Amino acid sequence: MRIFDPHIHMTSRTTDDYERMAAAGVRAVVEPAFWLGQPRTSVDSFVDYFDSLIGWEPFRAGQFGVRHHATVALNPKEANDPRCRPVLDVLPRYLEKDGVVAVGEIGYDAMTPAEDAAFAGQLALAVAHDLPALVHTPHRDKARGVERTLAVVAESGIAPGRVLVDHLNEVTVRLVRDTGCWLGFSIYPETKMSPPRMVELLRTYGTERVLVNSAADWGRSDPLLTRATGEAMLAAGFDDDDVDRVLWRNPVEFYGQSGRLDLTDVDAPAPTFAGNSILRGGE
Amino acid sequence: MTPDRLRAALRGVPDPQWLDAALRRVATEPAAIPRFFAAAARRCGRGPLPDPPGWTVDEAARALLLAALPGGHAAAAEALYRHGDAAEKRAVLRALPLLPIGAECVPLLHDAIRTNDTRLVAAALGPYARHLEQPAWRQAVLKCVFTGVPLAVVDDLTDRADGELAQMLAAFAAERHAAGRTMPADATDLLDRLTTTTEA
Repeated sequence: MRIFDPHIHMTSRTTDDYERMAAAGVRAVVEPAFWLGQPRTSVDSFVDYFDSLIGWEPFRAGQFGVRHHATVALNPKEANDPRCRPVLDVLPRYLEKDGVVAVGEIGYDAMTPAEDAAFAGQLALAVAHDLPALVHTPHRDKARGVERTLAVVAESGIAPGRVLVDHLNEVTVRLVRDTGCWLGFSIYPETKMSPPRMVELLRTYGTERVLVNSAADWGRSDPLLTRATGEAMLAAGFDDDDVDRVLWRNPVEFYGQSGRLDLTDVDAPAPTFAGNSILRGGE
Repeated sequence: MTPDRLRAALRGVPDPQWLDAALRRVATEPAAIPRFFAAAARRCGRGPLPDPPGWTVDEAARALLLAALPGGHAAAAEALYRHGDAAEKRAVLRALPLLPIGAECVPLLHDAIRTNDTRLVAAALGPYARHLEQPAWRQAVLKCVFTGVPLAVVDDLTDRADGELAQMLAAFAAERHAAGRTMPADATDLLDRLTTTTEA
């Protein structure tokens, strides 16, 4: 089973996770920029974080044979802090980088006017830089949040096929499925979505334009739930080709629209020297 | 290494017109370089060049872009390094010996050697490291041994390695020995050579 996790916050995971992911078949990941648990207070901490997403983290992933790409954006939560908003001015620099395959995570948290402005402005950046957009949907007041999200997307002029609307569930998937946007599902141990529920959704809506991710971050999460979902699909009667479509070909097709996805030699040894300090346990 | 040799090596890239146009553009409009520099790998490729050995297509293309600037090479190198992803940083480091600059860009070597990205550490120890002060250079060589970077990447190693480096390597070898672990063969060879020279 080859797995492309299209949304996982590897910054918050250990090298043990990379090892287990690689062993489970995860060969490629996209790490969206998001908040850091502790709110940021300045643009500089975003810059260091973005630099890590296009510098250190891909190197770290490469130690384990995992190809790492990123999406870069001002996240909805921190769009509400005026000290953070000037990060919008440094985004264009990052949106030209090879490892950046979309603008994201953008969208709504609490649906404030500041979030409206950051969301619309960053959809415009996606169009200007010819990149797809990864759109987070809010956890509170979710259905109305998704409706408002879709209205902003439609107004922006970005092609729906270049938009991934994430963290969907049984209720909100119905709002998105006919818009032409891609459907993202974050599989968590208890909360947003589970493997058995995901299988039911795939039975109902099919595998087209569906992406499954583990979203793993600092909260209770599991980077192997992509694999668990693939296994649940097989147990429920889906075949290997269905699993490959959801767990590999769909994310490749979506992010491939950036023209920057580089999956050459993705399962060959990483382009580094033997015995790197991470592999040796950071001695 | 010269820009002419890199230019000749890049004749076979998939989209030579893009590179030619980019080089002409940055020669007359230096402020345009960041976008071309960022896009060079996806436009020209990332594979190894048969000649010169040890260079990749993207490194060579980016080094040419930097060399094509009409002036201000040190400031441009610093900005492109500071704002670059890991591959761009590496390309800047590889380009430094080709540029008409003095020792102004040594802080970039310090930054690269501070990282744990072995590709950057290796790239910092090319010919431009002649500007690096000896204590920092020794630490960087030892870091190569420590992180498994082959010592073949270190420019001028034979002439520059000194008694102090030999002591550091010997102490490291003792630690490894005490831990029941081995030293990389190239480090053992270097230590043997240095010890033999000292004793002779």
